[in-house]
Amino acid sequence: MSRRDILGVVALLAGACVLPFVVSEYRTFQFTLVLVYAIALLGLNILTGYNGQISLGHGAFYAIGAYCAAILMDKYGVPYWATIPVAGAVCLVAGFLFGLPALRLEGLYLALATFALGVSLPQLLKYHHLEAWTGGVQGITITKPDAPAFITELGLALDQDQWLYFFTLAVAVVMFVLARNLLRGRIGRAMVAIRDNHIAAEAMGVDNAMVKSLTFGISAMYTGVAGALSAIAIQFVAPDSFNIFLSITFLVGIVIGGLASISGALYGALFIQFIPNVADEISKAAPWAIFGLFLIGFVYVMPAGVAGAIRMAMARLQRKRQNP
Amino acid sequence: MDALLHQVLAGLATGGIYASVALALVMIYQATHLVNFAQGELAMFSTYIAWSLINAGMPYWGAFFLTVGFSFVLGVLIERVVIRPVENAPVLAVVVVFIALLVILNSVTGWIYTFTIKTFPSPFPNDLGFGKYMSPHEAGAIGVTLVVLLLLYAFFRFTPLGLAMRAAAQNPESSRLVGIRVGWMLALGWGLAAAIGSIAGMMVAPIVFLDPNMMGGVLLYAFAAALVGGIDSPGGAVFGGFLVGVLENVLGAFVIGNELKLAVALVLIIGVLVVKPSGFSGKVHVSRV
Repeated sequence: MSRRDILGVVALLAGACVLPFVVSEYRTFQFTLVLVYAIALLGLNILTGYNGQISLGHGAFYAIGAYCAAILMDKYGVPYWATIPVAGAVCLVAGFLFGLPALRLEGLYLALATFALGVSLPQLLKYHHLEAWTGGVQGITITKPDAPAFITELGLALDQDQWLYFFTLAVAVVMFVLARNLLRGRIGRAMVAIRDNHIAAEAMGVDNAMVKSLTFGISAMYTGVAGALSAIAIQFVAPDSFNIFLSITFLVGIVIGGLASISGALYGALFIQFIPNVADEISKAAPWAIFGLFLIGFVYVMPAGVAGAIRMAMARLQRKRQNP
Repeated sequence: MDALLHQVLAGLATGGIYASVALALVMIYQATHLVNFAQGELAMFSTYIAWSLINAGMPYWGAFFLTVGFSFVLGVLIERVVIRPVENAPVLAVVVVFIALLVILNSVTGWIYTFTIKTFPSPFPNDLGFGKYMSPHEAGAIGVTLVVLLLLYAFFRFTPLGLAMRAAAQNPESSRLVGIRVGWMLALGWGLAAAIGSIAGMMVAPIVFLDPNMMGGVLLYAFAAALVGGIDSPGGAVFGGFLVGVLENVLGAFVIGNELKLAVALVLIIGVLVVKPSGFSGKVHVSRV
């Protein structure tokens, strides 16, 4: 990381810490969701952007994470913070297992299989033999956690939304740092190598099957953690909120934010959280029309997404500075 | 036994509709090696057009043929305007464009017609005399599907244009050398696929009712059908369509219950892709390293 990057990250974090004290409660809640989406998008981006495996059904792992958290809190009285690692672990295993058959599927076919998963997901969640756990069509309602006692003892008066925001922020920071280290290291380079030329990667000694399934697992883990956080923030899970459009929302997020870019997850999350708010004022159906137009527009004009555009602008600026 | 027979026949009727959509998918796959995720929404949009025309006082069959024509033009337009620029782009870009088309068609329809469920008329009389096993609409839907299949077969087998389209799909370079305009053949393929899809939409709408999300399940079954039959084989897709329709109905009624019907499609899709990606009658794909 260059010094400018470090400065940027510090400024971003400082801004993120001040944010809940200057905006309204509802906005704080919205920014919590932005962080949640950012984690989910990072997960999908690891799979699709870095490893080249297209998933149109990542809503499934988001749902598993959300249901894990909700069931643990509602049925077993587990504290909310302890559900996050459990949700992550469950999704890691689920993703790894789904990744095994996915090994045989390339490009389009994997997209097809995951699309089928995404479309049939609400039906699976409504399955009546699981109703004792999932609550069937009704879903599960959970309570919003209060800020723990030590925060008040420190003299900070945080309301529920603000506390949840900081909790989510902490999880997000950990997940982003982990992702960055993973992607910069040996495994990250192996992922990219498989995406760019899997035969050459194999010849270089990369274990394609292992890395691909592992990537699926890790990606699912990120999305599952995000799902668990979303369940805690929204205090409600129900099958119909995990339809195919949720999975498509994630796809929109990584394409707009920037494929194969860590910061892209953040831009994408801001986009999918706030653009529908703006578009809703035109019509209830308008957000998706706008999502669709943006998708096509980005594929044609800015295939590297917002992150890519920013990178290009910075590079141009620097060149200008060097030889004015 | 009666109940089983009834389910099988009802399955054949919906199977015919899946077969049509699967056929539309296969047509685009053959020409471009892409799977059109927006095929279902395209059909749904066409069905809404038909609904508008019928509500404006047009007789059913007039609206039917006008809609088929409109869908054909829409399909050609979409290929020319939206798909062309990404023809040689990576798979991800193409998938993203298809998904974009899907959500745009879905939301625009919701925007224009609202998301409330509408009824769609059936052109077939209420009683045909064998109502015990099969409703007249189901029988009619099977009939329409078979006519469409025959017409398509005749078109591809006996007309010069059909031959040119097959040639363009099979070997674009050589076709171009003998003077076939390959780009336009692809566009025609899209138009035909959209037209077939619109017929399927109009046949399924009286059964599932008209709403912007009505084709989600149908598209999934059509994917399953196309894969079971072999994604590059039209005959296989038709066979797969009927098979999936019957399987869905019989399993839904007797084995797993109606609420897990979509899971049948999911299991079929993943199962076929993993165990036998070429399906029953598709070509085994060998790629040179």
